[in-house]
Amino acid sequence: MLCDICAKNAATVHLTEIIDEKMNELHLCEECARDKSAAMESQFGLSDLLAGMVDFQKPFSKEEEPVMVKCPACGLSYADFKKVGRLGCAECYNIFRKYLAPLLKRIHGSNQHIGKRPMSCPGKIKSPVPKIDKPRACLQELKEQLQNAITQEAFEEAARLRDQIKEMEAKASKHKES
Amino acid sequence: MQIDDLINHTSEWLKGTGPNSDIVISSRIRLARNLNKIPFPHWASKAQLDELIDKTSLAMSKVALLKHATLFKLANLDSIDKQFLVERHLMSIEHTQKTEQKAVLFNEEENIAVMVNEEDHLRIQLLQSGFNLFEAWEIINTIDDALAKFLDYAFLPDFGFLTACPTNTGTGMRGSVMLHLPALVMSRQIERVLAAISKLSFTTRGLYGEGTQASGNFFQISNQVSLGHSENEIIENINGLIRQIIEQETQAREIMLSKSKDVLEDRINRALGILKSARIITSQETVELLSMVRLGSDLGMIKDIDRRTINELFITTQPAHLQKLENKKLSAQERDLKRAELIRKKLNLL
Ligand SMILES: [Zn+2]
Ligand SMILES: [Zn+2]
Repeated sequence: MLCDICAKNAATVHLTEIIDEKMNELHLCEECARDKSAAMESQFGLSDLLAGMVDFQKPFSKEEEPVMVKCPACGLSYADFKKVGRLGCAECYNIFRKYLAPLLKRIHGSNQHIGKRPMSCPGKIKSPVPKIDKPRACLQELKEQLQNAITQEAFEEAARLRDQIKEMEAKASKHKES
Repeated sequence: MQIDDLINHTSEWLKGTGPNSDIVISSRIRLARNLNKIPFPHWASKAQLDELIDKTSLAMSKVALLKHATLFKLANLDSIDKQFLVERHLMSIEHTQKTEQKAVLFNEEENIAVMVNEEDHLRIQLLQSGFNLFEAWEIINTIDDALAKFLDYAFLPDFGFLTACPTNTGTGMRGSVMLHLPALVMSRQIERVLAAISKLSFTTRGLYGEGTQASGNFFQISNQVSLGHSENEIIENINGLIRQIIEQETQAREIMLSKSKDVLEDRINRALGILKSARIITSQETVELLSMVRLGSDLGMIKDIDRRTINELFITTQPAHLQKLENKKLSAQERDLKRAELIRKKLNLL
């Protein structure tokens, strides 16, 4: 494979650069790779580009690469993903899980989500203090309902919700103390 | 609400208020969200994307905080309107391309905006004036929870929210803070600061985000990592970094004031003088001079021009805004004339 920049030397450096959230694959010779990093660093405000570079190739050797695997839901193959840098649908994450897990780890330093979950009261929140977290999640929903009631000027309903919230908050703080 | 109505109206985030608003222009949180069963926008059919607009706009109409928001299909907007919305930070440059099945929704205050069918099905954004990421997070979190009741979000317990690009997977969250750092630029300390930021896996961009260069001493700093940290941790990390930068800019301003006050005062007042009397001015020069005037106002050297007026001028002097004001297409030369006229009017009337 020849270098993408000079098209003369053999490409030995394989990079995936992430510019403004878009992934781009680059195959460069050592010389051009060095020039490119220098150019990027000197550009104002773009010095972060190097930090965003991900070596895509590394986790798998060529034979292991799942290029032929296709997502049955949307038809995107792993080769398509490597070309465009985008998955095709939610199901792709299940189909390519084995290959995405190490990639996500490279990009983010982790492949375990610990942020919020989509439902406000799912009843299965993974949390170090589940006893408190569940009522708190519901509390959030109640507070939102209260806000709605106030904007709709349904004051009776608002008063009822307010009392319910107070009660729950009192309970939650007791939990914390015990 | 019509696009034309916006021209005489100031976005909430330009008020110039909120914590540390002498250095921090605005705080922004955006969430990337997708639905199950419909391919991500780049991989979906037109019919699927139309279906997605219908589904999400119905869901958004049921959310209290979006009740007074209006949805615009980009196919119905001309190129000036689209550019106009980009200039107001209501949508990205990317969203102005291939617009057939794209839409944008925003409220009258212009602090909440949702792009439909950009890179992800939904890109929800909240913009606040000043240094205020946690408040922005609270509001956007409420909107997100409400939407989740009506939409089947693509989510896996281990990977989190699923996005078209793996760089956004997890929280799908990007927090950004727009900073005005003239003293660090003038004292040539900015390269050092930017280099340090990039080592910490944060990114720096210009005034218009995606793909733009930092100009006029404005820098937008955002997190790169979206997986493996909670939303609160991500915000806390950005906040920690921003606090340090604010500290450094404040120090640099103090040093300039104590060591070279006369030179600084001269530069600031020359900038104001040009803005008040120029007959032809480019947007680049405008941003640079306004940056100095804003510094002058922050340091109390310019007393009769408030921050809001200056903030507004950054936006209203942009190309699409000028063309909206004149209600016709203008060439670059015509714009430079109109821009100078607008600035003179605004600054001399005060
Ligand atoms: Zn080369
Ligand atoms: Zn798929």
